[in-house]
Amino acid sequence: MADGTSVPADMIAAAPREAVRRGSMKHLARRKSSVAFLLCLPLILLITGFVIYPAFYALFLSMLNKKMTAFVGLGNFAFLLKRHTFQLVIFQSCLFAVTAVVAKALLGFIIAHLMHNIPGKNQRIWRGLLLVPWVIPLALSTLTWWWMFDPSYSAFNWVLNQFGFANVPWLGVGWIARACTITVNVWFGTPFFMIMYLAALKSVPEALYEAAAIDGAGARQKLFFITLPMMRNIIAITVLFSLIVTFADFDIVRILTGGGPQDMTHVFATYAFQVGIQSGDIPLGAADSLFMFPILAFAAFFVLRGVTQRTKDIAA
Amino acid sequence: MSAQLEKPPRGSAMGPMIGELSPAHATPVVSRATGSAAASGTTHRTSLHRQRQWALWGSYAALAVFVVMFLMPPFYTLMTSLKSSAEISAQTGNPWIVKHPTLDNFWYLITYPNFQTYYLNSVMITIATVTISMVISVLAAFSLSRMGFWGSNILSTGVFLTYLIPPSLLFIPLFQIVGSIGLINSVWCLVLLYPTLAVPFCTWIMIGYFSSIPKELDEAALIDGASYMQILLKIFIPVAMPGIIAATIFAFTVAWGAFLYPLAYLYTSNQMVLTVGIISDLIRGDVFQWGKIMAACLLASLPPIIIYAFLMDYYVAGLTAGATKG
Repeated sequence: MADGTSVPADMIAAAPREAVRRGSMKHLARRKSSVAFLLCLPLILLITGFVIYPAFYALFLSMLNKKMTAFVGLGNFAFLLKRHTFQLVIFQSCLFAVTAVVAKALLGFIIAHLMHNIPGKNQRIWRGLLLVPWVIPLALSTLTWWWMFDPSYSAFNWVLNQFGFANVPWLGVGWIARACTITVNVWFGTPFFMIMYLAALKSVPEALYEAAAIDGAGARQKLFFITLPMMRNIIAITVLFSLIVTFADFDIVRILTGGGPQDMTHVFATYAFQVGIQSGDIPLGAADSLFMFPILAFAAFFVLRGVTQRTKDIAA
Repeated sequence: MSAQLEKPPRGSAMGPMIGELSPAHATPVVSRATGSAAASGTTHRTSLHRQRQWALWGSYAALAVFVVMFLMPPFYTLMTSLKSSAEISAQTGNPWIVKHPTLDNFWYLITYPNFQTYYLNSVMITIATVTISMVISVLAAFSLSRMGFWGSNILSTGVFLTYLIPPSLLFIPLFQIVGSIGLINSVWCLVLLYPTLAVPFCTWIMIGYFSSIPKELDEAALIDGASYMQILLKIFIPVAMPGIIAATIFAFTVAWGAFLYPLAYLYTSNQMVLTVGIISDLIRGDVFQWGKIMAACLLASLPPIIIYAFLMDYYVAGLTAGATKG
């Protein structure tokens, strides 16, 4: 764009023309930004219409009574917090999300390292095999898990019987059922961590390891002083993304246990579904699911602050 | 530009530095342990070589264990789907293998009108969702990465933050909203709602790919008198094709596998999609037709598996490109 670069000597003679041109440049710039805005409009409408508006609408709904005729303020939230079932829901949601994300992060890290060890030309097929759990729609693979956990003639119990152990009521006892839901989530989510970490491992410059080896660094030192610091941002972002998805998980618990036994495996999403859609108490369901937002926002704030801090440190 | 096009292959290439992770100073220890007291150059190298070989085979063995664990459920799905109802209800013998394989379950489903409807609905909704999501996110990403307007920076970071409001929070207010516009129990409500799940991430992927295109390219086109639409269609979309493929696969995955929205908003079998149709149709009270359920799961997982088998490199590159850059 040649705007404002004219030679001063020509200024006087070309003044009127220059003014016209500058005007048209400004016009063009304005047109450009309005075109830009128009291109973003579908996105803005979609997000406002089906994410932001419903979120505020949920806030409004959560302050109504069951028949949605009267305003009860924070009554629904207070009611939920006093209820034992809901206390279980909070506990199980946090347990489910934290345990599953930590397990996925660790397993993903180990598998990514193993993959990094083998020659590049063989990696593709192994990666393809390991990505299968993540490719199958979760609702469908959970059905298979349900069938494998079946108490009467299940695949797992048969194996246990072969080794002389008694049948385990997989989904019938609270803590075992909790472990089962976490297992399914770990099985589904580990491949995602694996590919993210593998990409991160490959992006660490080989020269750093060579320099460390010359300085006499061992494998553990290389891991803690090169690999992990170099991967910190990607670990943080992957964990945050997975935390959001795991915390909001619905499919696994809904299909595997439906919240039982004794409401011990309910998470926010499944409990909201049971209260809001199945029992028809929409305000209570909305209040229940709204508890997710502050927890997620809290986690996101700290993770993203750390990431931007580190990015700034690297840039400086 | 060429770097952009080479991205997927780069994902699978790597330096085979197997020994790098093993401690360098451990080598003398190993050679002493193997008894080669005269540590000449050759024995030194062979013991290092052997150590690398062990690390390699160890990695393969560990990976094999993980593959077995990861593929156990799909394998069991396949085995059960090949069993007859009689074999399943007999409850004897090893459940992990099929004694009298039969394709009856698959044949039953293929000729079952309800299942055909679910499949057709899923295909239709997925195609519509992918198209809408891609149009919205490509337009927005082009505008956000190249043109900019007042508040566009806030928008490009804000879009990603919408994932902080997950569908399991939104489905209750949306139940009221969908009801008020009369789309309860209609597949069209899914076409409206699914893009909200796909668009933020697709936009993010596309912004990443578009920003890596050199500015000189579109400036040259602008000077030649190209309009923004021409720049987008003739330069950006062809150059960022790997990114578009990655985003399309993401939108497809989301639309094909979503479970909560159809479960909450659809209740008659002519409107259902695969994920909820299989459960509500093949599980009647306490009667579980496991053979048919597993066959249905397999048939329903087929499109994603085929797509990933061919386009996995693009998808993995698209997912990891943004994160490793940031």
